[in-house]
Amino acid sequence: MKLVIPSIHYLAILPVLIFFGAALALVLASALARGKVPLAVATSTVVTAAVASLVANFFQWRCVARAGASVTIAHAIVLDDFSVVASGVIALSVIMTALVAHDWAIRERVSGVEFHILALASSAGALLMTQANDLIVIFLGLEILSIGLYVLVAFDRHRATSSEAALKYFLLGGFASAIFIYGAALVYGATGSTNLSTISYFLGTNVLLHPGLLYAGGALLLVGFAFKIAAVPFHLWSPDVYEGAPTPVTGLMASIVKVGAFAALIRVLISALGTQLDTWRPILWTLIVLTTVIGASLAVVQRNVKRMLAYSSINHAGFILLGVWAGTIRGTAATLFYVITYAPIVVATFAIVTLIGGVGDEHHSIERYQGLARRQPWLSAALAVLLLSQLGAPLTTGFYAKFAVLASVVDAGGGALALIALISAAIAAFFYLRWAMALYSDDGPEGTRVEVPRLTGIVIAFGVLVTLVFGVWPGPLVTLAQHATVLFTP
Amino acid sequence: MHSSLWLTFLLVVPLAGAIGAALTRKVEGRAYVVAIAASFVELVLSLVVAFLYNDHVAQAQTFDFATRHVLSAPFGLAYDVAIDGISLLMIVLTALTVLLALLGARDRRQEPAFVGWMLLLTCFTMGSFLAHDLLEFFIFFELTLIPCYFIISQWGGRERSKAALKFFIYTFTGSAFLLIGILYLGFAHQHQVSGSALTFSYGALSATTMSHGTAVWLFIAFAIAFAVKAPIWPLHTWSPITYAEAPTAGSIEMSALLAKLGTYGLLRFAVGLFPLALVTMRPVVLTLAVIGILYGSMLACTTPDLKRFVAYSSLAQMGFITLGVMSGSTIATVGAVLLMFNHGVITIGFFLIIGFIEKRRGSILIKDFKGLQGPAPIMAALFTVVMLASIGLPGLSGFVSEYLILIGTFATHSWWAVVATFGVVAAALYLLWAYQRVFHGRAEGANAEITDATTHEQWVLVPVVVLIVVLGVFPKPVLDRITPSVQQLIHHVAPSGVNK
Repeated sequence: MKLVIPSIHYLAILPVLIFFGAALALVLASALARGKVPLAVATSTVVTAAVASLVANFFQWRCVARAGASVTIAHAIVLDDFSVVASGVIALSVIMTALVAHDWAIRERVSGVEFHILALASSAGALLMTQANDLIVIFLGLEILSIGLYVLVAFDRHRATSSEAALKYFLLGGFASAIFIYGAALVYGATGSTNLSTISYFLGTNVLLHPGLLYAGGALLLVGFAFKIAAVPFHLWSPDVYEGAPTPVTGLMASIVKVGAFAALIRVLISALGTQLDTWRPILWTLIVLTTVIGASLAVVQRNVKRMLAYSSINHAGFILLGVWAGTIRGTAATLFYVITYAPIVVATFAIVTLIGGVGDEHHSIERYQGLARRQPWLSAALAVLLLSQLGAPLTTGFYAKFAVLASVVDAGGGALALIALISAAIAAFFYLRWAMALYSDDGPEGTRVEVPRLTGIVIAFGVLVTLVFGVWPGPLVTLAQHATVLFTP
Repeated sequence: MHSSLWLTFLLVVPLAGAIGAALTRKVEGRAYVVAIAASFVELVLSLVVAFLYNDHVAQAQTFDFATRHVLSAPFGLAYDVAIDGISLLMIVLTALTVLLALLGARDRRQEPAFVGWMLLLTCFTMGSFLAHDLLEFFIFFELTLIPCYFIISQWGGRERSKAALKFFIYTFTGSAFLLIGILYLGFAHQHQVSGSALTFSYGALSATTMSHGTAVWLFIAFAIAFAVKAPIWPLHTWSPITYAEAPTAGSIEMSALLAKLGTYGLLRFAVGLFPLALVTMRPVVLTLAVIGILYGSMLACTTPDLKRFVAYSSLAQMGFITLGVMSGSTIATVGAVLLMFNHGVITIGFFLIIGFIEKRRGSILIKDFKGLQGPAPIMAALFTVVMLASIGLPGLSGFVSEYLILIGTFATHSWWAVVATFGVVAAALYLLWAYQRVFHGRAEGANAEITDATTHEQWVLVPVVVLIVVLGVFPKPVLDRITPSVQQLIHHVAPSGVNK
């Protein structure tokens, strides 16, 4: 038997290589160095790797502009503008998280580079998912992403909730992965391939007389994805894990998992199973209604801000799914636009939650935020802007994100769905506002000022700037998202 | 056609004022001066626009001062401003309201923030009235919630958090219907005109053809949002607590101005864009309006505090406006537009005087007052003028507008007009009765020691009284500007129908 090594277009996988390379370098450094690797070195390695990945994204973008979208490594990896933009968002989230985690690690006296190694490896998994053109590669990316996160969630060893969350996440996550791979196997059985392009070609040129196998496989794939993005009713892990995980990790999860999982979901549903649109749409319809409404409703009764943000991110996941439901280029662009704008906001929000959480990362009740405006007007204004953006108020990117997905859904004939989702946003407004009101309330305990370390401050300022600047002038981001999906040919 | 820069100035001045006020946080009282200056300039600008406005353009089926810049083509997002006679009146009202609210209901707690929010609110309201594009209108319409929310929740009364939340959630939910309706209409237009980009321009969308069923659904979606804002019965339940808990300046802004966004939107967008729906929806909305008139009057009789009293009497007045807007008669619609302005002025008067009383007595409960006429005769006289205008006494502004509405509506939908007329009688009843309870009798205790209106307070109320009297005696200049635009709109809505 002769093993054929497929040709490799190294530029296509450069970001993944950089992230893995940096992780390996840190592993080696910590093994070889006498004494501990200083935190600053670890953080700057992560940031350098992410910046290098962004530079690679730039060259990838030019390559796609010149030569068009391409596949490599036996058609398993795709290089197109969509993957380039999604990777860029992931790299940006990693930079922001690394800076927040740096200050967090100093405060919590966390030494060692394990955190950074795992964060790099997880992000590499997310990057792989954005480029995957094969169910197996998606699975690979999903696992790499998840395994790193399982450990990161448990990183606060002295807090029982942290390990508890990790165990819960690990068990349920492992289960979801198994369901996903089983779905992949069934789809392979039905279509004869795990390659998304081949599946799409097969379904476009053949009529399945007995599509049951394909439907079952597709449904199981969807369950796997729904678990990762925490869509109701597969969301039960998310509040506990969001609460238990160290707060910077929660921010990382909320951003990169969404980007990676949605990129892969779009490729599977739109590119591979696009011909089956009429079959998966009703399922997605139900999923979206449950996710948006239940996510928003359950958030209302939470007193812990991390749990609240967990439910809020469930609500957002429902909104992002709207763009997928539309199944059009407009919808895909809207989904991409949503994750581009959502990632920096959510990381910055969790950066503030990290600060207020205090030493031990335990003070996350909403009472802790009472009267923050009196003590720290700038910090509280930043949080108010971020909350308003998540709420979807105009002049913030959150408004245009919601507008984009809703427009795509209405365009695709889903007026009722759009209305239900938007009413859930009104329910969600309730808890964002309650939080904002706590910031500006006069009564409440005389809290202590929290120090805002410089790096975390930069991250927060960046998140606020992004949401305000592109909230007034969304043009560039819209064009970027649209451009990235026009050439959508995996 | 005039330079659209005038309208852009109208948006920039309050915005600059808000930023300026925020920058002066160190110096005590300077923010207030900046805010007064900005709103004065705004009022002057709006009057300049009113004089430059050329009502002949309305007859040519266009809007004056029009300009359009596309900001983001994929979203159909554009900066598009233009005015006609209807929006012109609203612009003047916007500028007037903020100036009087700031002058008459100064709030010294965290003043830079307070006046900043007030000016931002002015900017956003102005934007809503200037917008000639549905998406742009929606953005401004939605933006007005944020300053309102902060004004109520930070400077309001004891139950301010509850009031602010209720207000926000109600309006936000209402707008959800509006946004989906706008999107639906935009895409319907795009699919009809082959090769056209997504646009939400008012001019383009008003040419969209649609089936009767679609028109009805879209009308309902639009009407829900505007009915919440106005408020129109039965979507009014947020308004009494909100008006009562908001600081006086906030109550003025919301009832005198933001309520008009609801009726303005109803006229311009719901009626203007979906003529086909009117046959079906007109009786429904007219009935709701009449119920609102009677229900509001009834509750105004029984309510225990003065701010809620104005809230319910506003509900009745908004019922009259809705009646005129939906009647399909040019005369009644002109009356409705005029009443939007007059009701704004009258409400400013009411809330200012209630604010003065609240400042002196620390209470707005009717049962706490008795015989204020004795110690405070000037205040009582001013209240009387405002009250009589609200009742609709001939010679004062309220009469002209209510009269136009009722005779216009009688010509097209007589029974609704007949029932609504009872509302005029009821208004006399609840207003005079409230006046009696508060101002008549012998003042005792704290009521006897109340001081009369100061010179400053009197001067603030002078514009209100002048407008009430002048528009009651000589409304012609205003009517001349409204009428061509309204005729145009009614003509578009009912080309072959009634036009009385």
